[in-house]
Amino acid sequence: MKGSLIIVGFFVVGIVCGLFHWLPDLNAYGDVSYVTLCALMFCVGMSVGHNTEVLKSFRKLNPVLALQPLMTIVGTLAGCSITTLLLPHRSLADCLAVGSGFGYYSLSSVFITQYRGPELGTVALLANIVREIFTLLGAPLLVRYFGPLSPISVGGATTMDTTLPIITQYSGSQFVMLSIFHGFIVDFTVPFLVTFFCTL
Amino acid sequence: MLKIVAIMFSGIGLGLLLRKQRLSWLGALITVLVWLLLFFLGVAVGQNQRIIMGLKDLGLEALLLAFAGIAGSVVLAWGLWHVSQKKEKGGRR
Repeated sequence: MKGSLIIVGFFVVGIVCGLFHWLPDLNAYGDVSYVTLCALMFCVGMSVGHNTEVLKSFRKLNPVLALQPLMTIVGTLAGCSITTLLLPHRSLADCLAVGSGFGYYSLSSVFITQYRGPELGTVALLANIVREIFTLLGAPLLVRYFGPLSPISVGGATTMDTTLPIITQYSGSQFVMLSIFHGFIVDFTVPFLVTFFCTL
Repeated sequence: MLKIVAIMFSGIGLGLLLRKQRLSWLGALITVLVWLLLFFLGVAVGQNQRIIMGLKDLGLEALLLAFAGIAGSVVLAWGLWHVSQKKEKGGRR
């Protein structure tokens, strides 16, 4: 929990710095954060390669667990379709398009803004940022109440990069390969599903 | 995206080569990089007028959609975990 609070702290300090323009413009940061993400991925890769237990766990991966990307996609779309009942001004396709971001907020919001306008694009951006932040903050609680697979499904398309360290920490290092496999598959479906629901 | 995966695989390669060495600093470095990325995400949100306005007008709608999707996927992930555990126990018999 302390780790999560520190993470929120960094996020909130970042928002304040951005709001009051204490730092140079965002575009300069796109590159810095991309390089940071690359460095993070390299380090995560190193820890995977260094830990021989993790590589063994990939061979021992339960074949049933290979179905997890499908569970994430079906579960998310089922949940989002129910919200149409509560949001009468949104169509079913709109709700499913937002859900199909699976936490990949940059790509999904750009796609949806292009097809459905900036309003739904903003909803997609916020909903998918919330999903990523919830994965980072809620992972310990999710593991405790819903088992070690739950943060992987909640993480959606982000489980092979940004949320991977958190998942490794709370679900256990034996789930690293499942998390990467899951992120890879779900990530791949984002552009296809978002475009599909936007053009319905 | 493919580039990032390639970077990770080269990290795996280096990690394999350094298997004999102790890399106790690696965990701390990963934590610091996660902090940095969350800070940058915060800066991006704070600097984007569209998102800050959106927080007021569309935030509730986004929260509803986010948690509906989270709840649906958690239920199925929970189910899959139970099924996989049963299979594993069955296999040992």
